This record gives sequence, C-alpha cells and structure tokens, in this order.
Amino acid sequence: MFAYVVRRILATVPVMGVVAVFVFALLHLTPGDPAVMIAGDIATEADIAAIRAKLGLDESLHIQFGTWIGSLLRGDLGISIFTNLPVTRLIEQRLEPTLALTVTTLIVSLAIAIPLGVVAAWKAGTWIDSAVMTFAVLGFSVPVFVLGLVLILVFSLSLDWLPVQGYTPIRQGFGPFLANIILPSVTLGVVYAALIARITRATMLDVLAQDYIRTAEAKGLGTGAVLLGHALKNASVPIVTVVGIGIALLISGAIVTETVFAIPGLGRLTVDGILKRDYPIIQGMVLLFSGIYVLINLLVDLSYMFLDPRIRY
Amino acid sequence: MATAALDIAVRRPKRESRWRRALRRHPTIVFGGTILGLMVLIAIFAPYLGTVDPQSVSPARRLRWPQEQWWFGTDMMGRDVYSRTLYGARISLIVGLGAAALATAGGLLLGLLTGFIRWFDAVLMRVMDGLMAIPAVLLAIALMALTKASLENVIIAIAIAELPRVTRLVRGIVLTLREQPYVEAATAAGTPLLRTLFKHILPNTLAPLLVQGTFVCASAMITEAILSFIGAGTPPNIPSWGNIMSEARSIFQVAWYIVLFPGVFLSLTVLSVNLLGDGLRDLLDPRLSRRL
Repeated sequence: MFAYVVRRILATVPVMGVVAVFVFALLHLTPGDPAVMIAGDIATEADIAAIRAKLGLDESLHIQFGTWIGSLLRGDLGISIFTNLPVTRLIEQRLEPTLALTVTTLIVSLAIAIPLGVVAAWKAGTWIDSAVMTFAVLGFSVPVFVLGLVLILVFSLSLDWLPVQGYTPIRQGFGPFLANIILPSVTLGVVYAALIARITRATMLDVLAQDYIRTAEAKGLGTGAVLLGHALKNASVPIVTVVGIGIALLISGAIVTETVFAIPGLGRLTVDGILKRDYPIIQGMVLLFSGIYVLINLLVDLSYMFLDPRIRY
Repeated sequence: MATAALDIAVRRPKRESRWRRALRRHPTIVFGGTILGLMVLIAIFAPYLGTVDPQSVSPARRLRWPQEQWWFGTDMMGRDVYSRTLYGARISLIVGLGAAALATAGGLLLGLLTGFIRWFDAVLMRVMDGLMAIPAVLLAIALMALTKASLENVIIAIAIAELPRVTRLVRGIVLTLREQPYVEAATAAGTPLLRTLFKHILPNTLAPLLVQGTFVCASAMITEAILSFIGAGTPPNIPSWGNIMSEARSIFQVAWYIVLFPGVFLSLTVLSVNLLGDGLRDLLDPRLSRRL
C-alpha cells in the first residue's frame, strides 16, 4: 500500500511537468511577438523593449525555460506586469474569497445532489426520478452566469432578500458572510450538483440491483439502513471519482461566478490578468488551478482504499 | 376471430419502421432535435424574420423595454435586441458545431494512431494527461489570451480544450477493438495497418463519437458564451449571445431583459443539444445509458 501511495504521488510529477511546459509555451506560442501583444496597440518601442526585458524574452529559449522552472521550484511565479507585485502575493490576497466560495459550494451541492440521486434511484421510474433527471439536464444546460443573473434578479432585485453583489469575509460575522455567499454558491453549485446527482443515481441503480441488497431487505432491515448503509457505501467509489473530476467544473465556474457577483477572488484575478494580457498572472493561475485539480484527484485516488477495503494495491 | 387477433399481433411491429420506433422510444431525440432544428432555421433565416441590422445604432431610442415595435426591447446603444438575439444564434451554432467537428476529427485521428503506435501512445497520452489537468474553460481562456479575438480562434481554442477527452474516448475503444479476434485475423491475413484502421476500427468508433460530439457541441456553446461574457471571446462587433449579455451586465439592474432573451435562447439551445446527446447515447450505446 505504501508503495502504491508513493507511486501515485510520483505519477503526478510528469502531469504537472506537462502543465508547466504548456504554461511556459503559452507565452512563446503567441503568433508574433508576445511583448507586442502584451503592450497593446498604443505602446511605444520603449514600452515593448521594457516588457521584453522584464519577461526575459531577450534570452535564448532554453535559458528562459531553465530560469523559469528554477524559480517555479522555489515557489516564485514571477512578477505581474501591471501591478508590479509578485504573483504569489496576489494569489495570497485573493485566496480566501475563492476558497470560501468553493468550499461552501462543495458542501451545498453535495448535500443536495447525493440525497437527490439516492432517492431518484430508489424511486426509479417514478415522477420523483423524472424530476431529478430533469433538474440534472437543466443544470447542465443553463450557463453559470445566466443562472447567476437570474438569481440576482429574483432574490436581490425583486424580493430584496439578499445583497446583489460583493463579498464579506467570514471574520466580519457569519450572517453577512452567509448572505453574500449564498447566491454565488447556488449559482456555482447547480452544474456540479447536476453532475453528482446523475452519477449517484446511476451507481445506486447498479448497486440496488445486486443480490446482497435483496438479502438485506429480506432479513428485515429498514429502507434507510439498506439505502445508506448497504447501497450508498458501495456506490461511493464512482461518486467520489466524479466529485474529483467535477472540481474542474467548480474551478471554471468560479471564474465566471466571481465575475458575476463581483467577488474579489482568484477567478477575478484570472479574468483581470487575461483582459490586461498580464502573462505572469495567467501562467500562475493556470498552474495553480491545475495543481489543485491534480492534488484533489490524487486524494480521490487514495481515498478508494478507505472507501472500499477490497481495493488493494 | 382468433386468427384476426393473431394477425394484428404479428403484423403490428412491421407497420412501424425502425426509425419511428427508435424515435418513439427516445422522445428526448425528438424534443432536442426539434428545438435544435428551430434554432438552425432561425440562424439561417435571421435576415427574413422581421429583423433589422443588428449593429444599427440609434441613440434616440436607447433602453426601450420590450414592446410592440421592439419585441425584445433595445439596448444601451439603441440596437434591436430581437435582431441581435436572432443573429446571435448563428455564432453559437457555428462555434458549437465547428468546435465539435474539429475536436472529434482531431480526437479520432490521434486516438486511432495512439491505439496502434505504441511509442506515440506513450508520448501523446502523457501530453493529454497534462492538458486534462487544466480545466477546459481555463485552457480555452488561456489560449484566447494568446491570440487576437476572432471567431476562428474561439473555435480552435475550444476544440483544443476538448481534444484530450475525445482522444481518450477513441483510444479506449481502439484498445479494446485491437484485441478482438476479427482484428487480429485481419492483421494475420496481412491487411495493411491503415486499411485495418479505416475498415475495421473506424466504423466502430463512430457511434460513441457522435454522442461525444453532441456533448462537446453543448459545452462549446457554453464556453463561447463564457469567453465572450468575461471579454475574452468573440470580437465585440459580432453579436454573439455571450457578447450581448456581457455588454448588458453593467446595466443589468435597470434593463435585465437584454440579458434575459439571449440567456433563454442559449439555455434552450444547449438543452436541446444535451437532450439530443442523451437520446442518441441511449439509442446507440445502451451499455453506457445504464451508467448515466
């Protein structure tokens, strides 16, 4: 088992290596001169030269790559062109709102999606099942920002129950934090919940068809004990897998949600970086988000051993 | 009487053609196909559906709410939202279909090659693993930051972001098919590799690829709208649904109808493609349909 854990951790190294090469190449694949692209249309020769010097574009390619990887391994993501601050510092400043948003979303959507999926599988073929599946298809189809704007329209502008936009840190009081985070979380969570509800239903259907479920029912166990203790536990591996893969949806969605709700988080930082063509920020954010995605899926892989003791490596 | 009843019982299945039966059993195909067909018609005939030039600016009639003359109202520059929304269908469909076609064609080619050329498989799949670690929308955003905003670049960026998943799907199918006795027999009989690929492997990948293609199409439409919405997508002079919503975001509180109409059209179109995909998957790949 220990050998497997080590092997699995080492397997993330080439993946992140490819990401790093890609992120480096981002700047150099640019058709034409990246310095000209970054500087924009009204830049002078001197501006362009300054950007070129700042990004080290004067050096030859392999030296640039070596320098870049070297500083990356020291945890240095470079310096933002427009703010002149280290990208790591910018990330630190913006981390909390995004973390709060994604964790709340994760909790809310799992709390909704897993019961929905379980009930849909249990009542397969009934109107409850159809309703859950309809919700799932709709959830996939309504773009995050459309949903966010509709929710603002209904709950903030018409009903005036919740603030329109903004973010309040949790240390300034749980009430205001919750009031601000609830709409963004629901907005971001619907796609994710749709995905999890679908996989939960599908896996539960498979599990509920098995003999030991009939045995459990036959020996007189209550529905709750059968569904949760026997079925859901054995359905957990595929569900957790999709929870991990779905993190990609949360990351992409967070970028949009933060724009809609004016949350000063990492997503907003990414969008600002792209609009200003601030390459060190773009590179840093792609690396960071991919790293988080890889890390979470590593944890998901390792969790199989605890979820299903039959899985031995 | 008995024979008459028997006669009906025997003949009934014959009356219904295979196609109609398939459609009856999978109403989502009919529903999704109808809406999608309507959207295609709207896109094609946009100039003839009572629209005006979607770009024509008229400051005198800015921000009119939906009414008889302007069905969907006018925006902050006095442009007709109805016309812009109808013309926007063109962009969404072009991007959706274009990205789906490009990603499936590319994924098919790479998947076929990786399934049969070992060293290529080893190299390419590591690259694909890396690309898959980057969330698709983020990857498309990053690629758009590289290039000038144009419709072609949006399609290419989205297709690249979707490519790893399609490649993996095709590769998986090829790897199982490669071990099938009939493929081994073909190889043993001296069939050239390319001929085996095209004659024996390729046809078997088409059904799952079609299903995957619809899902790529749906997510490409959403990604295009997201790219345009955050300002890194289709150039602002093209009325795409994402652009219309993006421009109206700042005045959302006073004129939310500008966001509503393209939003509804976009959601409906994506829904229709998703339903079509679900239905096709149930129809073509019953093994998969039980899973999801």
